[in-house]
Amino acid sequence: MAVKTYLQAISDGLRQEMQRDERVFVIGEDVGVYGGAFKVTQGFQEEFGSWRVIDAPLSETAIVGGCTGAAIMGMRPVAEMQFADFISCAWDQLVTVAAKQRYRAGTPVPITVRLPSGGGFSGGPFHSQNPESSFSHIPGLKIVCPATPADAKGLIAQAIQDPNPVLYFEHKHLYRRIKDEVPDERYTTPFGEARVHREGSDLTVVTWGAMVYTADEAAQQVEQDGLSVEILDLRTLIPWDKEAVLRSVQKTSKALVLHEDTRTGGFGAEIVATITEEAFEHLDGPVKRVTAPDTPVPFSPPLEKAFIPQVEDVVAGLKELAEY
Amino acid sequence: MATGTAVDVVMPQMGVSVSEGTITKWLKQEGEAIEPDEALLEISTDKVDTEVPSPAGGVVQKIMAQEGETVPVGTKIAVIAPEGEAGEAPAEAPPEPATAEAAEEAEKASGAEGETPTEAEAEEAPPAPPQAEPESDGDGRREGKFVSPVVARIASEHGVDVSQVEGTGRGGRVTKKDILKFIESGAPARETAPAAPPEAPEAPAKPTEPARAAAPAGAGETVEPMSAMRKGIAEHMRRSLDTAAHVTTTFEVDLSKVVAIREGLKREYEQRHGVKLTYLAFIARATVDAIGKWPWMNAELRGDSIVVKNYVNLGVAVALEGGKGLIVPVIKNAEDLNLLGMARAIQDVADRARSKKLVPDDVQGGTFTITNPGGYGAIHGTPIISQPQVGILDVEAMVKRPVVIEDEAGKDAIAIRPMMNLCLAYDHRLVDGAYAAQFMRDVKTNLQSWDEAAY
Repeated sequence: MAVKTYLQAISDGLRQEMQRDERVFVIGEDVGVYGGAFKVTQGFQEEFGSWRVIDAPLSETAIVGGCTGAAIMGMRPVAEMQFADFISCAWDQLVTVAAKQRYRAGTPVPITVRLPSGGGFSGGPFHSQNPESSFSHIPGLKIVCPATPADAKGLIAQAIQDPNPVLYFEHKHLYRRIKDEVPDERYTTPFGEARVHREGSDLTVVTWGAMVYTADEAAQQVEQDGLSVEILDLRTLIPWDKEAVLRSVQKTSKALVLHEDTRTGGFGAEIVATITEEAFEHLDGPVKRVTAPDTPVPFSPPLEKAFIPQVEDVVAGLKELAEY
Repeated sequence: MATGTAVDVVMPQMGVSVSEGTITKWLKQEGEAIEPDEALLEISTDKVDTEVPSPAGGVVQKIMAQEGETVPVGTKIAVIAPEGEAGEAPAEAPPEPATAEAAEEAEKASGAEGETPTEAEAEEAPPAPPQAEPESDGDGRREGKFVSPVVARIASEHGVDVSQVEGTGRGGRVTKKDILKFIESGAPARETAPAAPPEAPEAPAKPTEPARAAAPAGAGETVEPMSAMRKGIAEHMRRSLDTAAHVTTTFEVDLSKVVAIREGLKREYEQRHGVKLTYLAFIARATVDAIGKWPWMNAELRGDSIVVKNYVNLGVAVALEGGKGLIVPVIKNAEDLNLLGMARAIQDVADRARSKKLVPDDVQGGTFTITNPGGYGAIHGTPIISQPQVGILDVEAMVKRPVVIEDEAGKDAIAIRPMMNLCLAYDHRLVDGAYAAQFMRDVKTNLQSWDEAAY
């Protein structure tokens, strides 16, 4: 067990999968010689050679399409989108082909698409998005959003091992900021099991990714006002741990859903709808959302700060719910 | 209000906690013509017995529940067809026009006392979740507070009246924590019956309802089902004994002065005001006055709190004729009434109780109760308090008795005086013996030295 950054944990997990399974290869823009835009695959080409660490042309369509074909032929490809935002170019391959192949032809498509996502560093509208909700609407895709180094490692292994297309959203803002103990040996973290990041009894916060830390700071602040906040880190959105959320809401009767993605049609809406459908008689207040507004992600640092949910936004939301 | 379509008649919601009603009598039969608002049937619930007016004019096309049947609130029990269409079958006709008109009616009704709710109101009122009962007088705390799903569920699981719970949420809303704390504190369960003292006459002489689970009759026995009211009284009396620490204290009162004053005023009241001046009016007036000095007699234990009311809603137990039980209509803000007002109010509620014209609001919110079995000759009683009140005053028979008095010369003498026993049952959890006795002393003093000018 050693303390590793979130980025290092992803890298380690990926390396271990490549070491144990020859079918695993990585492909993406600048993942080989350069070691990836964020250096997740640094040293990979030296270790595994250029046939397993492939620099692809600037075509996300080609990357995902190629991965899909390789997967159908029995490989375990791991594609890197240089930024999650660019996945829109691969929409057709992913949504039309990869997501439906198993249903149409019975052949599994075990691909993992790594998606450096999220904002907080003035990346602007093309390099800061969190497009997970768009894909959550597509049957046949799985969606993973780790928040901790340990989960990042366990979930990349599980993603690669899963027989379905998995979108692995890795939050750029966590890459080097978050460090924690990560087991050295290989392990997998199961999909669809939320992690109780913090136990509490008065309010439930459901969130994932970088917002786990925002929620945690907010929970610490309101704790001084005597509010006990439970934070659930969903870890995976498809499948998502409905039971854990409903259990927590049954306990606290008040819930806030927090995500960095924009509001309308965000995955938070799905969670809120499920809570009201299945835990209605346990609610003691409206289920609240704290999200980004429905705009592109701004470049300007003050505007971006106003856009991304901040600790004080969550504190305000929690207090409002508590006072209800 | 004759309408172009058939109108459904449903079992009305007689009070928020009432979930079913029993049809005691159809006043119109199938095929009979009926005017809008004309009485269509009589029903009995655990709150009140009342007549249900027709929501529309026309012809009683169909009666769908028989006398004696108990049905949930909102159940369709009859169909009124527009005149001339009775033979057709518009039973499932769209209810919109009726609803709209009924809603208008409801608006009117809310301004006019003594009307029963219309069917539309009943349809719109969901019977399941216990809502905070609006109460306009008092501190206004209970008015229109939202009851969240979880609070509604907990309240229904534990039989708690949400309006009894102190709310700490936004605008005084009762939160989940509030109701859980309330339940943990061992607070009393929901009020389901009106205040009903124990001197209820024997069980009803005539069966009005079919047995739901008939007990087998032995030789020489007759078995009849309990009415909704009887069940309400039974549950309420038992629960009160389980809740309060009952103690009864009895005071003798010399009513010579009251008798003299009543003789003087009786005719005037009758002729000028159309009001019968009863001894009960004097006693009620004297009691309400004494409550002003002993406010805990007019209080309530709510959780760990003592809640004192600055208004007196005086319940007056009225026995129903024919041994059909009793009902306790409430005279709201009795502290505002002088002797004439009190006499008039008592006469009004008693008349309406006996003619089944009470509305649910008339039997709710009492803060102190007077019961009057003395009319039948009783001279002592140990009444049961109507929860969540803390006192009930039992008015016994006035009898002429030889009593020892002091004459003008200060010598003892035996005189014939109209004497009356007043028995007060109080909840010793809140009220101690000295407090209750001082309260009763003041009631007695008020009556024995009746000051005409003050009343």
